[in-house]
Amino acid sequence: MYSLRPLRRRIPRLAASPSASKRWSTSISQRPGSDRVRFPGAVNSKFTTDMTFINPQESASIPTYRVMDSDGLLVDRSRGEIGISNEEVLTWYKNMLTVSIMDVIMFEAQRQGRLSFYMVSAGEEGISVGSAAALTPDDVVFAQYRETGVFQQRGFTLKNFMSQLFANNNDNGRGRNMPVHYGCAYPRTHTISSTLATQIPHASGAAYALKLQALQNPDKPRSIVACYFGEGAASEGDFHAGLNIAATRSCPVVFICRNNGYAISTPTLEQYRGDGIASRGIGYGIETIRVDGNDIFAVYESMRAARGRALEGGGKPILIEAMSYRVSHHSTSDDSFAYRARVEVEDWKKRDNPIIRLRKYLENEGLWNEDLEREAREGIRREVLREFGEAERAKKPAIREAFEGVYDEVTEEAREQMAELKRILETYPDEYDLRQFEGGIKGL
Amino acid sequence: MASPRLFRPAARLLSSRLSSAPFRPVVQTACTPSILRSRGYATESGPKEVTVRDALNEALTEELESNQKTFILGEEVAQYNGAYKVTRGLLDRFGPKRVIDTPITEAGFCGLAVGAALAGLHPICEFMTFNFAMQAIDQIINSAAKTHYMSGGIQPCNITFRGPNGFAAGVAAQHSQDYSAWYGSIPGLKVVAPWSAEDAKGLLKAAIRDPNPVVVLENELLYGQAFAMSEAAQKDDFVLPIGKAKIERPGKDLTIVTLSRCVGQSLNAAAELKQKYGVEAEVINLRSVKPLDVETVIQSLKKTGRLMCVESGFPMFGVSSEILALSMEYGFDYLTAPAVRVTGAEVPTPYAAGLEALSFPQEDTIVGQAAKLLRL
Repeated sequence: MYSLRPLRRRIPRLAASPSASKRWSTSISQRPGSDRVRFPGAVNSKFTTDMTFINPQESASIPTYRVMDSDGLLVDRSRGEIGISNEEVLTWYKNMLTVSIMDVIMFEAQRQGRLSFYMVSAGEEGISVGSAAALTPDDVVFAQYRETGVFQQRGFTLKNFMSQLFANNNDNGRGRNMPVHYGCAYPRTHTISSTLATQIPHASGAAYALKLQALQNPDKPRSIVACYFGEGAASEGDFHAGLNIAATRSCPVVFICRNNGYAISTPTLEQYRGDGIASRGIGYGIETIRVDGNDIFAVYESMRAARGRALEGGGKPILIEAMSYRVSHHSTSDDSFAYRARVEVEDWKKRDNPIIRLRKYLENEGLWNEDLEREAREGIRREVLREFGEAERAKKPAIREAFEGVYDEVTEEAREQMAELKRILETYPDEYDLRQFEGGIKGL
Repeated sequence: MASPRLFRPAARLLSSRLSSAPFRPVVQTACTPSILRSRGYATESGPKEVTVRDALNEALTEELESNQKTFILGEEVAQYNGAYKVTRGLLDRFGPKRVIDTPITEAGFCGLAVGAALAGLHPICEFMTFNFAMQAIDQIINSAAKTHYMSGGIQPCNITFRGPNGFAAGVAAQHSQDYSAWYGSIPGLKVVAPWSAEDAKGLLKAAIRDPNPVVVLENELLYGQAFAMSEAAQKDDFVLPIGKAKIERPGKDLTIVTLSRCVGQSLNAAAELKQKYGVEAEVINLRSVKPLDVETVIQSLKKTGRLMCVESGFPMFGVSSEILALSMEYGFDYLTAPAVRVTGAEVPTPYAAGLEALSFPQEDTIVGQAAKLLRL
């Protein structure tokens, strides 16, 4: 035990130093006669002689915030106007329609073998469009894979979508990702990762970076991170790690859980036993709200308020649990009728859905009608198909792209391989059709 | 494929062979005699075409039937019959206590399975793909593989981890990785990689019966492929020994050591080599990554004098690297040409179908590299 000796000698010296008598700001001590626990792990808990186990089944569920009902009428008549311009509400509606129409077309295109994979977001357009409407382009988004509406609302164009789906030269991801793994530099939106829930700790980290940047540049407008995930992803360890670190480091991040009832085939009843995902936020000491995800106003309002709260003080995380129903299959690799009744899905489609609900509201307000609906749908459909065709015909990324991006700089080996490829392509020009690649041989 | 630079040191070593490595006659002492030569082929009377998926399903059914301590758990394994339908019908037959759907928590259900194994059950833990098992790799390596050792041998962990491994079709970098080398490097784990239906059934059953933690690396692209299954393999007592390779095709000119899906490609390549150049390539299906059947490889190398490894992992620090290193240690003086690797490319797997194909060994790559090695 020689190694311990110097340490033991050092300890008494430390204790004798003047700093030893000073208390840390986090220091806690139990005062005599207090009726409250002053343990470091629970600083304001009352002592009790009543041995009670808390049974979550007995406590009331967290309520769900709602602005309009399924008939598109404001629930609280006394609250006054919605306070959002008609123009903006119409934009939201068209954005939801666009996502839903694009989804149907692309799902079919996948079935025809024209792209390898697709994920629709039917039933959840309200959550993504409504929440993104409360964000600024400087806010950083980490999405999962069912947030097409976030991209649509943040200005991702049909051309952007189609270019990614067909992995052509205009794709930000240079054709390296599976379909629906969108991403763009501005509005700041991280590229979607296939692996589930990894974005949640990343979001906490990005929010921490924003917090530090705000300390360095107090004059710059503050921004937050918005992090999307499903209730299934919230079972992964990353969720728990991400929320806990965001709470302890006070990171300005809004976590938005899309609770759509299914994680591929696993219904929420088998996914968790607690009161949804919202109850977990409370457990981590995070301000939490549950909203009706089919009510775009409720989603928007809670996101706007959450954004404000997240920036209060030095910053803090907020959790929004938005309730909805996944009307669609999980992805093109899934047939959900293997594990749920078709009638259940049809019932949800008809009974309540964010698009129909907002349409009812717009019609009640005299802002929308059958003719406008038909016109809008036809217009969007035409536009989607036009971009679809163009993206399918567009050139593939330049050949050089096959070598780039693995490291910041192309490695020596890869450069040698590029030179070798170029030599082969130039020696046998008749053997290779390079017209489909941007720049042909010059693209190498 | 590995970059040319990776081959250069080997080439230099060959040219200065006499002055460099001293001869080490280790083979005779280090390896136990192979039982392969004595094992004949199964009787021809009733072979049946069986897909790998059905063979795995059969293995699971038989083991669940015969051993009450076994149970299977994972995402989608019960109600949905498995993401790739490997567990089809098991819920109906064995009920929800032994075929268990889990929340999406790899760390959670894998940890639970490891705990159940430490408590004496024989769980079979399915990962939707081994790409997702990275969420639980701490449980697999630090808990499952090491607890027997660290408990002083009192805490066995009879667990089977299984699921598809490697690249599939158009699922991009985060879903297309071969973990053979990852798990193969861990003391305490056994790792098998079946190719044919017989492999799949025999190795999965062996894995479930083995008292150690065993990782069964299946391949999504093989699930639907049908293979002839001998009458012996159709029986419920059919088990393959872990740690024994199989010579799928005997030959005298070149040894091709390979595993999983690459076995099929190598066999086709060997047929083409025969047809084009009259070369007899011996194809060894490793079957087991850990323990590795060094003897079969070295015996073959001694016969042919030339060694080529084919795998779909990344080039560096892989299964092929290991076999090439072993060939240096045990068979250096029998090599008449530098041994070569044909592996996946040093690049995160591209999404584009054309590039994806180019990132992994194809039959013509194998033929081309073999021709180069043999100077044809």
